[in-house]
Amino acid sequence: MHLHDVWFVLIAVLWTGYFFLEGFDFGIGVLTKLLARDEKERRVLINTIGPVWDGNEVWLLTAGGATFAAFPDWYATLFSGFYLPLLIILVCLIVRGVAFEYRAKRDDARWKRNWEHAIFFTSLLPAFLWGVAFANIVRGVPINADKDFTGTVLDLLSPYALLGGVVTLTLFTFHGAVFAALKTLGEVRTRARAMAGVLGLVAAAAASAFLVWTQAHSGNARSLAALLVAVVALAIALACNRLGREGWSFALSGVTIAAVVAMLFLALFPNVMPSTTNPAWSLTVSNASSSPYTLKIMTWVAGIMTPLVLGYQAWTYWVFRKRIGTQHIPDPITH
Amino acid sequence: MDLALAPETLARWQFGITTVYHFLFVPLTISLSAITAGFETAWVRTGKLKYFHATKFWGKLFLINIAMGVVTGIVQEFQFGMNWSDYSRFVGDVFGAPLAMEALIAFFFESTFIGLWIFGWDKLPKKLHCACIWIVSIGTLLSAYFILAANSWMQHPNGYRISPHTGRAQLTSIWTVLTQNTTLVQAFHTLTASFLTGAAFVVGIASYHLWKAKRRQNAGGTATDKDRKKIGAMRSSLRTGLVLAVIAGLGTAVSGDTLGKVMFEQQPMKMAAAEALWDTQAPAPFSVFAVGDVNKGHNTVELSVPGVLSFLAHSNFHEAVPGINDVAKQEAARYGGKPEDYIPNIFVTFWGFRLMIGFGMTSFVAGLIGLWTTRGKRWLAPEFRTGEDDVPRLMLTPRREMSTLLTRWSWRIGILTMGFPLIANSFGWVFTEMGRQPWVVYGLMKTRNAVSPGVSQTEVIVSVSAFTLLYAILAVIEVRLMVRYAKAGPVTDELPPANDPRLRGSSGGTGTESDSGEHAESDKPMAFAY
Ligand code: HDD
Ligand code: HEM
Ligand code: HEM
Repeated sequence: MHLHDVWFVLIAVLWTGYFFLEGFDFGIGVLTKLLARDEKERRVLINTIGPVWDGNEVWLLTAGGATFAAFPDWYATLFSGFYLPLLIILVCLIVRGVAFEYRAKRDDARWKRNWEHAIFFTSLLPAFLWGVAFANIVRGVPINADKDFTGTVLDLLSPYALLGGVVTLTLFTFHGAVFAALKTLGEVRTRARAMAGVLGLVAAAAASAFLVWTQAHSGNARSLAALLVAVVALAIALACNRLGREGWSFALSGVTIAAVVAMLFLALFPNVMPSTTNPAWSLTVSNASSSPYTLKIMTWVAGIMTPLVLGYQAWTYWVFRKRIGTQHIPDPITH
Repeated sequence: MDLALAPETLARWQFGITTVYHFLFVPLTISLSAITAGFETAWVRTGKLKYFHATKFWGKLFLINIAMGVVTGIVQEFQFGMNWSDYSRFVGDVFGAPLAMEALIAFFFESTFIGLWIFGWDKLPKKLHCACIWIVSIGTLLSAYFILAANSWMQHPNGYRISPHTGRAQLTSIWTVLTQNTTLVQAFHTLTASFLTGAAFVVGIASYHLWKAKRRQNAGGTATDKDRKKIGAMRSSLRTGLVLAVIAGLGTAVSGDTLGKVMFEQQPMKMAAAEALWDTQAPAPFSVFAVGDVNKGHNTVELSVPGVLSFLAHSNFHEAVPGINDVAKQEAARYGGKPEDYIPNIFVTFWGFRLMIGFGMTSFVAGLIGLWTTRGKRWLAPEFRTGEDDVPRLMLTPRREMSTLLTRWSWRIGILTMGFPLIANSFGWVFTEMGRQPWVVYGLMKTRNAVSPGVSQTEVIVSVSAFTLLYAILAVIEVRLMVRYAKAGPVTDELPPANDPRLRGSSGGTGTESDSGEHAESDKPMAFAY
């Protein structure tokens, strides 16, 4: 295997980590409106991800930084090409981070309500837009001989891409509901489970349609295998949810997300951004990658750091393993 | 196309606005994390409550600040691709590596351990909890270091070659990029400047509380127990801040001087521009200020100190320093084009340099005076000594206190200069980045060739406006929140968990409650919640 293939896999892993982790915390953000009935319940939900959302988001930054280092052309074409959608995502991530941190800093109903609206929308939009972006990456976009994107933002909004957005949104919300069932107590937990059952079905419908479409258009044998894993995992996740096996259900909704990302990357390989203008102008793992020296350095760094990061992040989840319910929510700060 | 709205200009405005904004939070993040960690260590080691209250207080302000640092940083990570795609293609091989390392090594550290620190008060044994904030602090230093290595490479490309196949920069030695003298000195200067920033911030807020307490006493009020606790925590903070201001201030000056020499060697134009030195002079003077248009070839009125610029550049007072006109001619001869193309905005660089030094060093001087006037018991006559939870008297000599007027103004200056180093930092960066123009990578790539060809003018207008508006709104929110919490002062009735929490089993309790059985324990509210 060539180093740039290794890096293709590593970048897929980083995105998988990002969607697995931030997937449920986007889901929790959306559920603050769908699931929670009052402020206490919203706080229960927000606090299930309180200690971890920032660490989850760094998976995105790392995916971005690693793409820059390993595939500068991919980084350049992707982020300048998807300019406006990315702008919206960035604005959302900015507001969202501040919202978590500042919401509880004043005991004022309007202040909190505004931040809660913000949490909902800034979780929903990126969850949707990431799907749109990835659908476009896999399907290909107009790219010229200089590797620059030549389309407009409307080219990015094809039915296929929009369906991709629905898939990530519903899948993440399902994943979030399963996570909520795993991490909460009392009524919220019961309702989270019920809601996960419904969301799972919606996600299953959207995901099957999208994945089959992807397979038909850009698939290969390996991507078909990933597709099957995704569908089966989602079915088992739903079954476990019904049986009240929350831990298993969460693990399998995670596997579903990982399999979906794997399917997309497998359908993509060896391209990293196909050109619909002329296939010869597509960005591939070899023509968009960095020099072997840089890849070698980065492989060392990633090889040492990734297990360490996984270790201490896993430990964090262990430290905060306790379920929380409304009784654990302290009174608001008053001054 | 209207020149003012050329894609390059718009992208530069966006980069400048978002980065300067990001850098308003960065220095405080770097320094407050260490200061908070210091107080927590003091608490863990001595068990004194005042250190616990100081930890909680500065920690809270630190969190309000870092939230903004984090979210504004996200934009930076993607901005190179969005607005500077040709730049990214050209330098990605070299520049991407430190950026990716920053994320993998530093950001994961910071973001994970900060979650543990915020929510872990009742979950982690206190030593481990304290270790978490130290890890955050180390993470902030690492993150600064990596990004500064990237920036230093733009100032002084090194450890690369231009690939004969692609015509792009290719990394040949990561070690050189991470340890070239530009990187080392720039990191040293930026980090010391960051600590000066945090120090001035702490001194300012502590002065506010102490001066308020003092005024209340002067008006005949008696200090309650609560007041005394607050004064105790703020007095320790004040001293810590003052000591730090002096050390960091000295470090900033020393490193700034070294940086000046490095810069003079690597970017002679920037040094000439910093001085608006149009013609080569030996010995070269340092102008404290100049009236008249520095953009013209001659300065009408100026106050200058002879020889000092020579010293900044060469460490002696007589050697020649080349002027703007000569350097521009040399660069034009070397890289082609007209000499004017190589002259950065002299007005901005000239004043940026002065304002950096002026604002920052004022805080250093204030720290020096403060450190002397609030010095400890040993240096004072017995009748002027004050207790640990009293407002210190401002003493000129062992037996002479400052007059009422002078005391009042001293406290006020402490408060007013609180944000000075922050301003200095912004000017320093504006100077650094604009003094490098027209280059984005010095000697290799011009800024105008760096922008994204595929991004339309409209798109950049939309994004500049969106970021500017959003940042303005967030600035108002964050400043209000900061002022609110800073004014409220430490919450002195808060107590640490009576039993040190244990990692395994149920989380530690508050003494009485932990005896009342499993159930009460597991229903105990979280020590901190969003
Ligand atoms: C509290 C802030 C502060 C203070 C008091 C100073 N500086 Fe500074 N300076 C910075 C904050 C800063 C900075 C914002 O952090 C910069 C921008 C880039 C950098 O490396 O540091 C900077 C840049 C910078 C540069 C440009 C480096 C380059 O372009 O490569 C020079 C030559 C100096 N400084 C020199 C000085 C001197 C001689 C100082 C006074 C004795 C001084 N600085 C005080
Ligand atoms: C946080 C501190 C920094 C500040 C405040 C800052 C500030 C600025 C400013 C004001 C500009 C606009 C210059 C102009 O209009 O001429 C600029 C440009 C730029 N800076 Fe920095 N900068 C900082 C750090 C960095 C770092 C660390 C990098 C690289 C990693 C960087 C890369 C750039 C780039 C690519 C541009 C655009 C090209 C240009 O106009 O020069 N900057 N920066
Ligand atoms: C222009 C280039 C820059 C980029 C691409 C960049 C990127 C980022 C990112 C992505 C974050 C958020 C990390 C998180 O989510 O935890 C961040 C925060 C931070 N950055 Fe920057 N930054 C830049 C300039 C700088 C400079 C010049 C410094 C220091 C000298 C710096 C130091 C920090 C620190 C200390 C934090 C806060 C710690 C944290 O929030 O995690 N950054 N930066």
